[in-house]
Amino acid sequence: MKEERKQNPSMKYAMAIDLDRCTGCGACMVACMAENNVPFKADESNKLDSITWLRIYKLTNGKSYPDLDVCYLPRPCQHCEGHGGHSPCVSVCPATATDYSSETGIVSQIYTRCFGCRYCMAACPYHARYFNWWDPVWPEGMEKYLTPNVSPRMRGVVEKCSFCFHRYQLAKDAAYARGRTVVPEKDYQTACTQACPSGAIVFGDLNNPQHQVHQIVRPDPKNGNKSKNPRAFRLLERLGTNTKIYYLSSREWVRRAGDNYLQHEKTGAVPVPH
Amino acid sequence: MFPFSFEWVWDAGHMVFHGGLWYALSIIGLGITYCVIKAAIDTGNEKDGGHHDV
Amino acid sequence: MDSALIPKGLKRCPTWQFLLGLGVVGVVLAWGIYAMLLCWFKGLNQTNMNDYYGFALWIWADLAVIALGGGAFFSGLLRYIIGKDELKAIINYAVVIGFICYTSALLILAIDVGQPLRGWFIFWHANVHSMLTEVAFCLSCYLGVLTIEYIPLILENRQLNKVSFFHHLAHNMHETMAVFAATGAFLSFFHQGSLGGVAGVLYGRPFAFREGLLIWPWTFFLFTWSAAAYGPCFTLFVTWITEKITRKKLVKDNVVELLAKISGWMIFTYTIAKICDTTRWANMLAPSLGQTLSNFYTNNAFYGYWILFSEVILGGLVPAIILISPTLRKRSTWRVTALFLAIMGICLNRWVMVLQVMAVPVMPFDQWVLYIPSWQEVATTILPVAYGIILIMISYRYLPIFPQEAELNPIAPNDVPVTHGDAAVAAEPATV
Repeated sequence: MKEERKQNPSMKYAMAIDLDRCTGCGACMVACMAENNVPFKADESNKLDSITWLRIYKLTNGKSYPDLDVCYLPRPCQHCEGHGGHSPCVSVCPATATDYSSETGIVSQIYTRCFGCRYCMAACPYHARYFNWWDPVWPEGMEKYLTPNVSPRMRGVVEKCSFCFHRYQLAKDAAYARGRTVVPEKDYQTACTQACPSGAIVFGDLNNPQHQVHQIVRPDPKNGNKSKNPRAFRLLERLGTNTKIYYLSSREWVRRAGDNYLQHEKTGAVPVPH
Repeated sequence: MFPFSFEWVWDAGHMVFHGGLWYALSIIGLGITYCVIKAAIDTGNEKDGGHHDV
Repeated sequence: MDSALIPKGLKRCPTWQFLLGLGVVGVVLAWGIYAMLLCWFKGLNQTNMNDYYGFALWIWADLAVIALGGGAFFSGLLRYIIGKDELKAIINYAVVIGFICYTSALLILAIDVGQPLRGWFIFWHANVHSMLTEVAFCLSCYLGVLTIEYIPLILENRQLNKVSFFHHLAHNMHETMAVFAATGAFLSFFHQGSLGGVAGVLYGRPFAFREGLLIWPWTFFLFTWSAAAYGPCFTLFVTWITEKITRKKLVKDNVVELLAKISGWMIFTYTIAKICDTTRWANMLAPSLGQTLSNFYTNNAFYGYWILFSEVILGGLVPAIILISPTLRKRSTWRVTALFLAIMGICLNRWVMVLQVMAVPVMPFDQWVLYIPSWQEVATTILPVAYGIILIMISYRYLPIFPQEAELNPIAPNDVPVTHGDAAVAAEPATV
C-alpha cells in the first residue's frame, strides 16, 4: 500500500453541483438509495428519522410572487477535509469508526466498528449523517434487487454518503487488471452523478487538472481550497470544514444562502480558515 | 488501547493519552494490591497472637 | 429483624417501614428497568431522538449526574490533599452520592448507544483524539476509584467488620485513601473537562464551539471548574433532604457551612469565568463565523435569553453570593435555596451544552428543531434516581455513613431496640 501511495499522487474526489441546472426532480436521491441499499420506513412522513444520504433542500429567496425565486440544493455528505483531514466528524468518533482517507479524500464509515454513540451526528452541521433507528426491512422480494457490493447496515449504527466508494473499488480493480494504477475519470462516477438528467452534478478528482470538476472549481490550495470560480461556493465555508462539494450559481441570493453572514458582510467576501 | 491494535500509532497523542491512563491504572492497581496484602499480613499477625479490638 | 446489621449506637426506622419505602421506590425502579429493556431489545426507536437530536435527554442526564457527582472528587481533594479535616463528617456521604452518580452515568450510556454489545470498542479501538474517548477512560477509571472509596465503608458494617481480614482491609484502605483521592482528582479533572470538550470541539456548531488552550477548548476548563464548584452543593442538598426524611441532624453546622462557603467561592469564580467566556464568544467568536447572539436565542418556541439569564445569574451569581455571605449561609432557608438554585443552574448549563447545541440551526436554510423525550427516555432517566434512593436507604441503614450521627442523636436507653440477644451490643455507647 505504501508503494502504491508513492506511485500515485493523492486524490481528492469532489463534486461540483450546478444549482442553476438542478430542477429538484429527485432522481439523484432515488439513484443513491437504490445504489447504496438505503433502508426506508413503511411511513416516511417523519423526515427527522428518515435516511437520505443525499437530501434535496428547497430554498427560496423569501420574496412573494412575482419576485419569488426557488432553488433546489442537493446535499450529500460534504466529505470535509477540515485542516489536514481533521473533519468535524472523524476527529470526534471515539472508536475510530469513521476515517478521512488521504488517498481519496473520502470520509468513510465503518459500520461494523460503529457502536452508535452518534457523536459524529452531533458534530456534523450539514445533518449528512443518519442513524439506523430501525432494523433495515425491505418489502417482500425487493431484497433481490439490493446492490451486492454494498453491505446493508444494521440497527443502531450511523451511515452516510460514501461517494459510492464500492464503485471506486471496482474501478480501481478494473484499472489494475488493465495494468493501470490511476482510475480514469469516467470509470468512477457516483450514482447520483449518472442519474442527474440535467447534468447538474460533476464528479471527479479535484487534484487532477484533467478532470472536469477541477476545471470547473479551480481550487485555490493557498486559500483553504476555496474556488476561484466566482459562481462557486461551499456550504458553511467560513467554519473551516473545508468541504469537497462545490455549488455553483449565478444568483447572489443562492450563494449567500450557503453560509452565515453578518448584515454588513458581502457574499463570499469572508476569510476561510486554514 | 494496546500497541497491537491496528489503529495504534506511536505518536505524541497516543503516548500522552495512554501514558496518563496506564499511570493512573498502575497507581490504583498497586494501591489496592498493597491494601489487600497488608490486610492479609495484619490478619495473619493477629492470629499469631495479636489482639483484635473490634 | 435486621438490627444486628445496624451500626452500633444508631437508631433506624422499623424494618416494615424500611421495606415499605424500598417497595415504593422499587416500583419506580421496575418501571425504569422495563423501559431500559425495551430500549435494549427493540432499539432506540423507542425514544423520540432523531437525526437532528443524536444527543438528547440521556446525554444531558449523563453530563448532569457527573457534574453533580463532582462533590465526591472535590470533597476528597479538600479532605485528603488540602487537609480540610472537618470534611471527614461528610466525605462518606459524598462518596456514596458520587458512586451513585457515576454508576448511573455508565448505565445511561449503556442504554444510549445503538449497539451496546459493542461498547468495549471505545476502549479497544480508542481514538485518542476524541473527547468521548477521554471521557470513557477517565470515567471508568474514576468509578474504580469511587468503588475503592466505597468498599471500606461497606466493610465497616457491624457484621462484616467482625471478619478480621475485612477489618484490616478497611483500615488499610482508609490509611492509603489520600493516594486514591489524588488519583481520583487527576482522573476527574480530565473526564469532567472532556465532557465540556465534547461540545467545545464541535467546530461545525458555532453555538458550542470555543477556542482554548492547546487541544482543550475553554469549555474543558469551565466544566471541570463547575463540577468542583457545584458538586458539593448537590452533596449538601442531598444531606439536607436525608436529614429531613430521617428527622435527624446528621452533620454539624460548621461542616455544612465550610463546604457551602468553599462551594460559594468556587461558583462565584466560575460564574465570572463563564461570563467572560460568554462575552468573548458572543462578541468575537460567533460574529467571526457569521452569527450573532440573536441567532441562538430567537426565532424558536423555547430557547430564549431567559435560559442564559437563568443559568448564569439565577443559577450562578445568586447562589454564589448567598453562599459567600456568612449571614445568609448560616440561615438554613437561604442556604438550601442557594443549593437548589445552584443545582438548577448547573443542570441548565449541561442542558444548554447538549440540547440547545442540537436545536440551533447552522445552515442558513435549516430550521430550529425542538424535541420532547418519549416516556421510555423519561423512565430510564428516572431509573438511576430510584436506584440512587435505594442505595442511599440501604447504605444509611446499615453503614456508618455519618460519623457525627451518634453524637448528634444520642439514644436514650429505652430507645434501644431489643432483638434476639443483640441488646447488649446495641446498648453500647457510641464510638466515633
